[in-house]
Amino acid sequence: MTAIQIIFILSALVILGAAVMVVSTRNLVHAALYLVATLFGVAVLYAILDATFLTVVQVVVYIGAIAILFIFAIMLTRREMRDQGEQLNKGWGAAALIGLLTFGGLFMLLNNWRGVNATAAALPSGFDGVVELGTALVSTDAFVLPFEVASVLLLAALIGAVYVAGTKK
Amino acid sequence: MLFEYIAIATLIVLAVIVALIAIGLGELFGPKKKMEEKSMPYESGMTPYGPGTRRMPVRFYLIAVLFILFDIEVVFFLPWAIVFRQLGLFGLIEMAVFIAILLVGYIYAWKKGALEWE
Repeated sequence: MTAIQIIFILSALVILGAAVMVVSTRNLVHAALYLVATLFGVAVLYAILDATFLTVVQVVVYIGAIAILFIFAIMLTRREMRDQGEQLNKGWGAAALIGLLTFGGLFMLLNNWRGVNATAAALPSGFDGVVELGTALVSTDAFVLPFEVASVLLLAALIGAVYVAGTKK
Repeated sequence: MLFEYIAIATLIVLAVIVALIAIGLGELFGPKKKMEEKSMPYESGMTPYGPGTRRMPVRFYLIAVLFILFDIEVVFFLPWAIVFRQLGLFGLIEMAVFIAILLVGYIYAWKKGALEWE
């Protein structure tokens, strides 16, 4: 096993374990903290994939902002931050079956794909992901339209947040 | 490529080790006599009452959402700013449109008093 494989397996275990804890822990604040661990594991995956910019964005935006927003949301909606109800509902057997089938199907599919054993091609020297991303964001053959639409999405979120949470005058 | 992250990995491992030592040593060698006074948040202070978890004002939520939105704006700015000189006028116009749309929301938030704490 190469070092990257070991790092991948370790971070995958952390991601899966923390993700299970997110849905199974009874304390909502603990669930949010486990979510931070999950998101950090995903940041490690980005780092393995050489996506430096995404790694930083994952840590700064997801852990630094969105997880904090989750904790705020928990703290301002619930007085009782513990979950007393049943943790499983009636459909859990069917859901587990479908989950297993999906996993099996994906496993079979990927096993038959010859790219699964191939090592990733090395990046060309002088490759800078941020430069590529910046060029792609405003080039007309790439993502210029999604980029502008994203600003509309951000605008909608901004107005929605101010409308929902703003104090009425 | 991954070698660049070794410093971060070392920092994480060291932080975990230091925290484990700091807590573990006290756990190992410290005398443990459980008393009701000792388990209070403030020994010989005011007796706490009510649950420790209060509901927070909704303003914190608004501030957090605004922070996220401007954070994501910066995420878009950064790759654009790095290649700004190669992009020329077209890139500048693209970003001007992007900012102009978001400026509407900024002015709305400002006019609604969302940026003030009161």
